[in-house]
Amino acid sequence: MDYGAASPVDPRVLEEMMPYFSDSFGNPASLHSYAFEAQRAMERARGQVASLIGAEPGEIVFTSCATESNNLALIGAALRYRSRGSGVVVSNIEHISILNICKELSKQGFEIRYVPVDRDGIIRLDRLEALVDDETVLVSIMAANGEIGTVQPIREAAEVAHEHGALFHTDATAAAGKVPLDVGEVGVDLMTLSSNDLYGPKGVGALYVRKGLRVKPLMIGGGQENGMRSGSENIPGIVGMGKAAEFAKKEMKSEAERLTRLRDRLIKGITEEIPASYLNGHPKRRLPNNANIRFSYIEGEALILSLDELGIQVSSGSACAAKTLEPSHVLLAIGLKHEEAHGSLVFTLGKGNREEHVEYVIRQMPGVVRRLRSMSPLTPEELR
Amino acid sequence: MYSEKVMDHFRNPRNVGEIPDADGVGTVGNPVCGDMMSIYIKVKDDRIVDIKFKTFGCGAAIATSSMITELAKGKTLDEALKVTRADVAKELGGLPPVKMHCSNLAADALHEAIKDYRKRRGEG
Repeated sequence: MDYGAASPVDPRVLEEMMPYFSDSFGNPASLHSYAFEAQRAMERARGQVASLIGAEPGEIVFTSCATESNNLALIGAALRYRSRGSGVVVSNIEHISILNICKELSKQGFEIRYVPVDRDGIIRLDRLEALVDDETVLVSIMAANGEIGTVQPIREAAEVAHEHGALFHTDATAAAGKVPLDVGEVGVDLMTLSSNDLYGPKGVGALYVRKGLRVKPLMIGGGQENGMRSGSENIPGIVGMGKAAEFAKKEMKSEAERLTRLRDRLIKGITEEIPASYLNGHPKRRLPNNANIRFSYIEGEALILSLDELGIQVSSGSACAAKTLEPSHVLLAIGLKHEEAHGSLVFTLGKGNREEHVEYVIRQMPGVVRRLRSMSPLTPEELR
Repeated sequence: MYSEKVMDHFRNPRNVGEIPDADGVGTVGNPVCGDMMSIYIKVKDDRIVDIKFKTFGCGAAIATSSMITELAKGKTLDEALKVTRADVAKELGGLPPVKMHCSNLAADALHEAIKDYRKRRGEG
């Protein structure tokens, strides 16, 4: 139950990709039949990705991953439109790539402002309104947070940005394919998409760039992707992302309903069964596949190891599970204390999860938690 | 990421618990950092005759706690004071570099417990 970390490629997607490795291996830039085939495949994929978010094919720029898309969106737009202002506003629960890009932009003279979130993990629109001004060139708020699952009011956030003439970017890596997204309806200028999160291959991503806008390229070369992302295109990957987007669009509604049922059962089963366990994030405004639960008096890495032994794979916001030895910035942003963040687990459900898997987790969790609590000096008498 | 020895001590930790009438108790770390452990010792004729631990923390924190109780049991206090963090890590077949500092606190907790014992006896 760690689909948020990585997802398997859908076999139907893999099948679609296969011919483009060795048979139709042309470079779209060439002028012969192999090239035309590659070009047609790429444009079909562009249309499929565009269709998932209500965009036009010409508004999709393929990249190598969501992190690259975030770089291209933030650095590319901030530099390109620098004359409009030097303020950048982001939420304090953005993906680490966005936060680190902001550090870089800050070194380049941009003033970064961070919008806080409430205890449920929803951005404070009133604070956003106060932080965005006429000096703001770009606002970036994620469509949904992959760790605590909260779905953000990006339509309202985009309005705030536009009132001040700023561009609006949203990182839709965790949200795309899970909840409906329409760039026109939301009023998005730039949107980051990831292929793997749609059950497409790794190594591909996309950036939606609204017609009429340009971003300064980070990759300089032969001018591919409308001059915004040079480099010979990863055709098999792009074909895979396109097909994955097509399935995501077609199957989103039924899959979201199925996952929401499993998610709610998981949350209820665990928090009702285990004392001193709590849901992190908003109970309703959350991704259909995300459950983030914290357990008092114990630590997340020990939970992960114990669950892995039982064949259950999950993630944690604990410092001990992170290379940085810092607890998750997202959990701290919703007001959790360090020791609360350490005991949090992230379950991200996906296509392979069935009701029996959820029931198995619900059956196994109490024993795992009890064992670790029995060892912990923090556990109060009544829970031992 | 962890050695088989670490996983064995994590799965089947030795000497978990408290000693209600312990002769010395050592507590190090804190829950804010993610690791906290308490070591309880029972001493007879300057020798550690019983030792137990309680730990809040990651797999490495639990495994090092378990290992230190095995290493210290039966040793004289002076011998036990010579057991270092490095000894604990070595006996466990190594620890990931990132865990060497933050989760390898068991030797410190043992030393604190011995200090506590000596202090209680007016030797500290």
